[in-house]
Amino acid sequence: MIEVSHCDLRYNQAKSQVKVYDNFNLKIEQGESLVLIGPSGCGKSTLLYLLSGLMPPTGGEIQIWGEPVKGTRQKTAFILQEYGLFPWLNVEQNVSLGLRVRHMTKGKYKLLVEDMIQKMGLGEVKHNFPSQLSGGQRQRVALARALTLQPDLLLMDEPLSALDALTRERLQTLLLEIWQEQKLTTVLVTHSIEEAVFLGSRILVLLDGRPTQVVGEILNPLVGQRGYRQTEEFFQKTSYVRSLLERGGLDESAK
Amino acid sequence: MNLRSRILRGKFWGYLGAALFLVVLWHYAAWTLKNPLLPTPKAAILATARLFEADLGRHFWVSTYRVVLSTLTALLVGLPLGLIMGFERSIDRFLAPLVYITYPIPKIVFLPLILLFLGLGDASKIFLITFIVFFQILVTTRDAVRRVQSETISSLRSLGGNRAQVYRYVLLPASLPDVLTSLRLSMGTAIAVLFFAESFATTEGLGYFIMDSWSRAAPDEMFAGIIMMALLGVGLFIVVDFFDNILCRWQHLKGN
Repeated sequence: MIEVSHCDLRYNQAKSQVKVYDNFNLKIEQGESLVLIGPSGCGKSTLLYLLSGLMPPTGGEIQIWGEPVKGTRQKTAFILQEYGLFPWLNVEQNVSLGLRVRHMTKGKYKLLVEDMIQKMGLGEVKHNFPSQLSGGQRQRVALARALTLQPDLLLMDEPLSALDALTRERLQTLLLEIWQEQKLTTVLVTHSIEEAVFLGSRILVLLDGRPTQVVGEILNPLVGQRGYRQTEEFFQKTSYVRSLLERGGLDESAK
Repeated sequence: MNLRSRILRGKFWGYLGAALFLVVLWHYAAWTLKNPLLPTPKAAILATARLFEADLGRHFWVSTYRVVLSTLTALLVGLPLGLIMGFERSIDRFLAPLVYITYPIPKIVFLPLILLFLGLGDASKIFLITFIVFFQILVTTRDAVRRVQSETISSLRSLGGNRAQVYRYVLLPASLPDVLTSLRLSMGTAIAVLFFAESFATTEGLGYFIMDSWSRAAPDEMFAGIIMMALLGVGLFIVVDFFDNILCRWQHLKGN
């Protein structure tokens, strides 16, 4: 289990203190696909930075599988907004970078990387640089790079926001497959209500405000079922999430 | 690969065409002015060929050695320091004022002092050029590092990269295009400084050769020195370009 307990995050801005998180608590079960949705600036991305260990909380503690988070973890993969690819590395080099940073020798990682590149359908562009790729391909590279690390926790910051509708749906299905196949614990931040309901086994609706508040928690047990996107249930969940976002409050009747 | 060789061939013809154009222009000027101080290209080129075997070649190598060694030293010191100053705010806070005050001072005015301390040999010339080029590389690198987005650094950190790896995998490659640009610009400065430094109290180098020919009123020989100086500049430019093409290929690609 991942446990965020009594976390505070504050910073000083022009003589006043801004509380991004104040006594924030969250539990994430192993194998869960948690989606965070909320307006811009509500602190969703910040939560990912806290979970990744890139940003330490100013108070409280975060534990992952019982271990307190102190800096980045080997088994946490984080796909940043805009993919975080390195423009000076080609696809192959970008995908292998995580392994190289971990001092794996070329003989060891070559097969792993090649395998992942094929799996993500990047074989034909593996010598291309990010500037030569489409948005969808870039996202695949970022995914490939994250998955070669064989993570037990995958964090994604609006991974599909810059893509066209079709590519987006295709990648959503791919994400779902990866999650189901590998029983990977994932935390995903998104702006899109449909995406949240399509990918999240649990959805947290966050509200802007200093500090950040959780205004709704939706369990979504049918996630990953065949044809879920076309069901009545899917429609109901999306309209419920929408109502929470619009009103910025809990609506008991729609639960 | 095919595309690259075609581009290279295109570049070669471009250089050749430009060189021919300059020679024609020069010939026209010499022919209309009819002044003995401006020899025709033919006379200058013949003098170059004749003198190269004698001692022009040696002067050329001495100058090349001085410029290359100075530039490499400046790069070796300026690049790491620039990376550190760009990334480590605490060090930058301490060093930046020092750099900002000393950067605009024309270093060339220290030549007498440098000659006094380092003597008349290679050391003083190399030091002066290094000193000047160093600042250009330092300031460019520092500014390039400061432009690196924090997300890019976070991205490497999230992969498990430590501080040293941030330098190696992010800051260095991100600033390299700017470093090479500053190096290209520095080449012009370096050669100008070289000429100046070599025209004082020395008997070696192209600067000496040019000034010596001038004082002996041998314009064709003087122009032989100028031609070699130009070749040195163009040669170094091509070398930097070569590294730019290899190391920063990603910069020159057009997106789909």
